[in-house]
Amino acid sequence: MDVEILWFVLGLPLAGSLALALVGHRHVAMDVNVGFSVATFVAACVLTVQTVTGGPRLALGGAFWIDPLNAFLVTLTAFVGATTAIFSRPYMRVERDHGKMTAPRLRLYHSMYQLFGFTMLLALTTNNMGILWVAMEAATLTTVLLVSVYRTAASLEAAWKYFILCGVGIAQALFGTVLLYMAAERVVGPGGGSLLWTNLEAVKSQLDPRIVTIAFAFLFIGYGTKVGLVPVHNWLPDAHAEGPTPVSAVLSGLLLNVALYAILRCKVLTDAALDSHLAGQLMMGFGLLSVVAAAFLLTRQKDAKRMFAYSSVEHMGLMTFAFGLGGPIANYAGLLHMTVHSLIKSAIFFSVGHAAQKAGTQIMEEIRGLVHVSPMVGWGLMLGALAILGMPPFGVFASEFLIITSAMRQQPWATPFLLVALGVAFASVFGRVQPMVFGDTSLKRLGHRPAAIPVYVHLGLGLMLGLWVPPYLDAWYRQAARMIGG
Amino acid sequence: MAGFAFQLINVLGALLLLLAFAMISQRRILSLIHLYTLQGLALVVATTLVGHETGQPHLYLSALLTFALKVLLIPALLHRLIDRLDVRWDTETLINIPTTMLIGIGLVIFAFNLALPVAQLSASIARSSLGIALACVLLSFLMMIARAKAVPQVIGFLSMENGLFYAATAATYGMPMVVELGIALDVLIGVLILGVFMFQIREKFESLDIRHLETLKED
Repeated sequence: MDVEILWFVLGLPLAGSLALALVGHRHVAMDVNVGFSVATFVAACVLTVQTVTGGPRLALGGAFWIDPLNAFLVTLTAFVGATTAIFSRPYMRVERDHGKMTAPRLRLYHSMYQLFGFTMLLALTTNNMGILWVAMEAATLTTVLLVSVYRTAASLEAAWKYFILCGVGIAQALFGTVLLYMAAERVVGPGGGSLLWTNLEAVKSQLDPRIVTIAFAFLFIGYGTKVGLVPVHNWLPDAHAEGPTPVSAVLSGLLLNVALYAILRCKVLTDAALDSHLAGQLMMGFGLLSVVAAAFLLTRQKDAKRMFAYSSVEHMGLMTFAFGLGGPIANYAGLLHMTVHSLIKSAIFFSVGHAAQKAGTQIMEEIRGLVHVSPMVGWGLMLGALAILGMPPFGVFASEFLIITSAMRQQPWATPFLLVALGVAFASVFGRVQPMVFGDTSLKRLGHRPAAIPVYVHLGLGLMLGLWVPPYLDAWYRQAARMIGG
Repeated sequence: MAGFAFQLINVLGALLLLLAFAMISQRRILSLIHLYTLQGLALVVATTLVGHETGQPHLYLSALLTFALKVLLIPALLHRLIDRLDVRWDTETLINIPTTMLIGIGLVIFAFNLALPVAQLSASIARSSLGIALACVLLSFLMMIARAKAVPQVIGFLSMENGLFYAATAATYGMPMVVELGIALDVLIGVLILGVFMFQIREKFESLDIRHLETLKED
């Protein structure tokens, strides 16, 4: 542990964004992008192994804090970042051939892609709640540029909406952070150490409950906007549908998780300070509302990426609900769901992205018979859809099963809502995906082979987590679930 | 002396609130930018005073940063922006101004009530500052909702950040420096991106009226 591996985890994407700002328009840029992302993933793996063997620790002079909860998300983030970069290679070649991506746009896209990865990893590893906010805001800025990269009227509208709504939301989170700082300063004393997570964690039960209540409300609204909880979810479907597909994959797979991670950190403090279940109740309420509302909004979608964006709202709601329930089992289920949702949802977006390129449209009614043109994309989409809808033996089934059984035990009133919502979502998504995959086709072939590896690696991992959770991963989930408490 | 400075910081807070109300009632974009600059100036004076009273040197640095960013750089950028976009005049409001003012008064009462329990605990010099800051944030929020044009929305966004900054300074003697630098950087980049965006929006829609941005609906 002599050379801090964290330097590489954070430094590689940052260096990548600088390098790609210079060469991002060249032909090699896509490979460079993959190279940096994979290298970041390797560094993240080393970091995780160190954390698993060495336990939680401070890094780089106390500015960063690595514990089981964030180490797990760092690996997941770096992994999805790397596979999405692999997917983005053929995808962007096709977009360039179609003239949708010009050289300057490719350069912006690649540079921002790496910078986005950097902000996510910074948000996860920082020990400072203030820096967490700064990184989340920076992530918003980079993704706004990514969403608007096509410069079409619709993408500009989506990006503008995204910027304004998330800007306002994240401003509420800043107010919450100020209040948290105020509460902590009364205990820790002045000197700037009051926003450090390690200090907050140490004094969490002495924080003034009145300030913390208001602070949590603001933090929850603020970061909840980025999680995409109903009723502040409006930016999410637009941003997913109008940006390039790799961006949709990382938005769903990474950004939403990291925002939820921020809420979890705040929840730990609030629970200890309040001696009541207020934070959990808020999370359950809004989580459940998101699940139900998103399931019914799903039924009305025509655009494939929009539909799966609503499915992300639904699943983020489910996770928020699970963490709101609290307790070791629900937290475990929430963490497992976070993992499988990231993996499966990004696999779906990979398949949808290739399918939309073949069809030249994202409207589901005009995409037919994928399996005849490209069995790989067709089956990827079909299996992904089945997995995300919670069919056994995929991992989503396991986590949803755990969430619903803990809901039955702890909050029985919520179970019928959950079951109805999952049923509605199943009917509408399956009914739409089935003719897209089978049926007569009018699709054309593309010049570049689609990237099969990311889709099937993700689906394979999702399948594995449904059948068998490796022991070290299991131990790791248990540790993280204990930390969240509840 | 301490009592005087205390009063002065509260006066500056009140000024901030007054300026937020003035922004709501103002329809000229140029005046909006002037009001925003004045808000920045009030913040700089308040930060310097708090720094002087509490003897925290990093607040001077933060005041300097605020001055450079919110009094010089961002207003200059906004001036250039409206010059090149040629949108000096007239901003249509979606809700008429008297109604907006009445809603604004309601928001201020709400903000003070919400901040009351916290303000009673506050050990710092300016107790009412938290209520004022929250009121400023909510008023800016209202401004963003009530305006139909892109530039006033952005000014509302920036003014919201001013309110937050005042909360951080007066209620907690400023955030740690590294956080403050990060926030300043985010705001600056945000303004630059929004500036670029506005050109693109106008190019596509031939107007900066955000009512054009309503085609993506839930259907």
